[in-house]
Amino acid sequence: MKRIFIIALAMTLLIGVVVARNTITVKGSDTLVRLGQRWAEEYMKTHPEIVIQVSGGGSGTGIAALINGGTDICQASREMKDKEYEQAAEVGVEPFRISVALDGIAVFLNEENPVDVLSTAQLKGIYTGAITNWKEVGGADDKIILYGRENNSGTYAFFKEHVLDKEDYSDYTQTLPGTAAVVNAVSKDKNGIGYGGIAWAKGVKYAAVKKNDTTEAVLPTVETVSDGSYPIARELYWFFNGKPEGKLKALVNWALSAEGQKLAEEIDYVPLLDKQAKANMVD
Amino acid sequence: MKEIKFKPKSKLKEFLGEKFIAVNAFAALIGILLIFTFIFKEALPIFTDSETREEAGVDKMVFKQEYYEGRPSKWSWQPNSEVPKYSLFPLFIGSLKAALIAMLFAVPLGVGAAIYSSEFASRRMRELIKPVIELLAALPSVVLGFFALIVLATFIQNLLGLTFRLNALNAGIALGLAVIPIVFTVAEDAMTSVPQSLRDAAIALGASPWQVSVSMVFPAALPGIAAGVVLGFGRAIGETMIVLMASGNAAIISASLTDSVRTFSATIAAELAEVVFGSTHYSVLFFIGTLLFVLTFVINLTGDMVLHKLKERLQGKLR
Amino acid sequence: MIEPIKIDRPPDRQIPRELVFRPKSSGVVPRGLTLAAVLIIVVILAIILGNIFIGGVGTINWKFLTHPPEQGMEAGGIFPAIFGTVALVILMVIAVVPVGVLTAVFLHEYTSPTSRVTRLIRVAINNLAGVPSIVFGLFGLGFFIGFVGGAFDSIFYRGEGPVWGQPAIIWAALTLALLTLPVVIVSTEEALRTIPSEIKDASYALGATRLQTIARVIIPQALPGVFTGSILAVSRGAGEVAPIMFTGAAYYLPYLPTRLNDQFMELGYHIYVMATQSPDIEATKPILYGTVLVLLLLTFMLNFVAIMIRSRMRKKRVNA
Repeated sequence: MKRIFIIALAMTLLIGVVVARNTITVKGSDTLVRLGQRWAEEYMKTHPEIVIQVSGGGSGTGIAALINGGTDICQASREMKDKEYEQAAEVGVEPFRISVALDGIAVFLNEENPVDVLSTAQLKGIYTGAITNWKEVGGADDKIILYGRENNSGTYAFFKEHVLDKEDYSDYTQTLPGTAAVVNAVSKDKNGIGYGGIAWAKGVKYAAVKKNDTTEAVLPTVETVSDGSYPIARELYWFFNGKPEGKLKALVNWALSAEGQKLAEEIDYVPLLDKQAKANMVD
Repeated sequence: MKEIKFKPKSKLKEFLGEKFIAVNAFAALIGILLIFTFIFKEALPIFTDSETREEAGVDKMVFKQEYYEGRPSKWSWQPNSEVPKYSLFPLFIGSLKAALIAMLFAVPLGVGAAIYSSEFASRRMRELIKPVIELLAALPSVVLGFFALIVLATFIQNLLGLTFRLNALNAGIALGLAVIPIVFTVAEDAMTSVPQSLRDAAIALGASPWQVSVSMVFPAALPGIAAGVVLGFGRAIGETMIVLMASGNAAIISASLTDSVRTFSATIAAELAEVVFGSTHYSVLFFIGTLLFVLTFVINLTGDMVLHKLKERLQGKLR
Repeated sequence: MIEPIKIDRPPDRQIPRELVFRPKSSGVVPRGLTLAAVLIIVVILAIILGNIFIGGVGTINWKFLTHPPEQGMEAGGIFPAIFGTVALVILMVIAVVPVGVLTAVFLHEYTSPTSRVTRLIRVAINNLAGVPSIVFGLFGLGFFIGFVGGAFDSIFYRGEGPVWGQPAIIWAALTLALLTLPVVIVSTEEALRTIPSEIKDASYALGATRLQTIARVIIPQALPGVFTGSILAVSRGAGEVAPIMFTGAAYYLPYLPTRLNDQFMELGYHIYVMATQSPDIEATKPILYGTVLVLLLLTFMLNFVAIMIRSRMRKKRVNA
């Protein structure tokens, strides 16, 4: 009697597998995860037959998952590296890239820090360990405490490529697993400095960044990122395996629509310009 | 009692049944072997594949490397760089520092409490201390990590005026809390197992309780206490969640106990999500896993052997 | 100075050395120091528990325990994490208890304590207990997901995307089962030792085979220990995060795990991700503390029940 029950239970569990879920898996960038979740929430309201599952882990995680076959959509806050394209090709994956929003990488400073403005050259010096004291950039005589991201983060990679000119971060950079953790750390540390997507800052202030000593220092806002005046701006991507079709295509076109982009703006992401969004849609 | 009737069973069923039990019994053994095999298997490319060896061969992981022309050679762990750097030395230092701080914190407290429990405490006190230690042991490591990240780090930073909020000291203390139950249990066990005849002999010769402890119990139980320390160290080296959340995860080589550290275990946990299966980075992470496995295996084997010898000594030869 | 008696020779055959215990050391200082050690431990434990309790007690209510998270973990409840944890440990128990009990039975009934087989298995058990939890995670990824899952997929699901060769609750459960195997074995062995040999003899005298004795007499008698072991295993399994990080746990899922190859939310993993990666740490702090408190209450309740059963079992042994 007991045996029959156990077998029946086992069969019901297994049978479920045959009827696959109508799931879209979205994995990757922690910068994008909030946006992904919000989009998923809204989309599922109007498309109840679809289940969208969103998780973070860093752009590197998402890209690896795309190559390993573990995700339908990879969210990334950076472009894929040559090596990653190679690895994808090796297993027959053809990454198809669509940019779905814009982002600025803000530099976070503690609200009590007298420094307000930094040039990109100074940022490079700070994060490579060449500049170690706040007084060297116009602040108090205190050691600079560096907060950064884990090496699987797209934000980490983008910052390294565009601000550090591909040099290595200082060994003394505290690695934190998400932009929120970086913000939290800087908010508690008056000598801290951090970087991350602009949609996150709470309890810290933004540094106004200038490209070099002659240009104006610009604070990261939706406007300055959209019009390109903020020096550290980037596109946020969705990568697919091959051109998206069916339910994936429907989803990405919805995200690029006015509705989707407005939603992004509501939660402090920078929407694409109308023209750009339309151009990115999949036909 | 219900009447038990044993109907005669077939010899075949009997035989199969017993074999079935025997097969299950080897599960633990098979498990250990499988673990080692499959982890080492994924790390093999480091030794066999030329491309992997180029980037992360054993020599690259151990010795200082000159990564950039004209710059001094150093040990560095930066797997996601233009020039990937796979030196294990910073991680080794990290694991060691965290574990040492943990032991410095856990051994005095754990052994001290064990001594009190076995030598001084009344029966009732002992009944109270044991549950406290068990409660500590029941705390999941993620909870200890959480506590260290949110509460302990701020406390220590304010107390000592530290530059880094998340550092080896923070992680080490939380690790120590996780290790105390191990040290306590093994040490207390060893001390209470010392035969009464030894204690009686000393008492008969006029020793006070403390003198009994020092003259009889400690020398006899010392291997057990040592084993407890060794087993605790094994736990400290292998623990993951606490160091992942509380140590700052910066691969720094320094002697300072208040710098951040990056341990073997935390490195695996933090980076495994983003590796492409089969890449060099993937193989290196599995290699670190193998290293951890072997290290803790040796440490635990040593501790167990010492305990075994101690049991023999106390029970076998002194009747 | 006290000269200790050498203890590798039986005392009564010892040629006594001059042994004088002068009543100097009354032991007050050592007593004080070691008591301080105990008190420090108690105080630290109290601080941790107190902090968690105070931080989390305000968040726990019926809604918290029965609703899913909302607004990116800033509101709502943690029901899916509770459900996932329960589903996970149920699968784990189904896997680990039979194997653990049979191992203990084998060690106790079929082998002598000094035989090579026994020692080999014991070494394996002790070392299994000492393997770092992240190594279990690697094993789960490399063996269960990569090897077993991959093999399943290539035999039964050719051409489709990974069905079994990906993070799933069954693999996480099996990984945890291996991790908690030593706990079950040790608990069951303790119970087996309490069974008086007279009962076994009686069973044999009535004509039972060894197998029948084991199935009808020994295991039923050992049930308290099996139960204790299961509870301790569940308590341990519910708290481990590293083994499930890459074998199936996820932070936000819009569904509950109802199939063996689903991913799942889990209390411990939820705590880890929320503590380190939540978008707004201040807003999620109450929920974070609430989750920690729920996990702790669950763990302690389980441990308490296990300890009760075990102490009653021990008293039985003393009287036997």
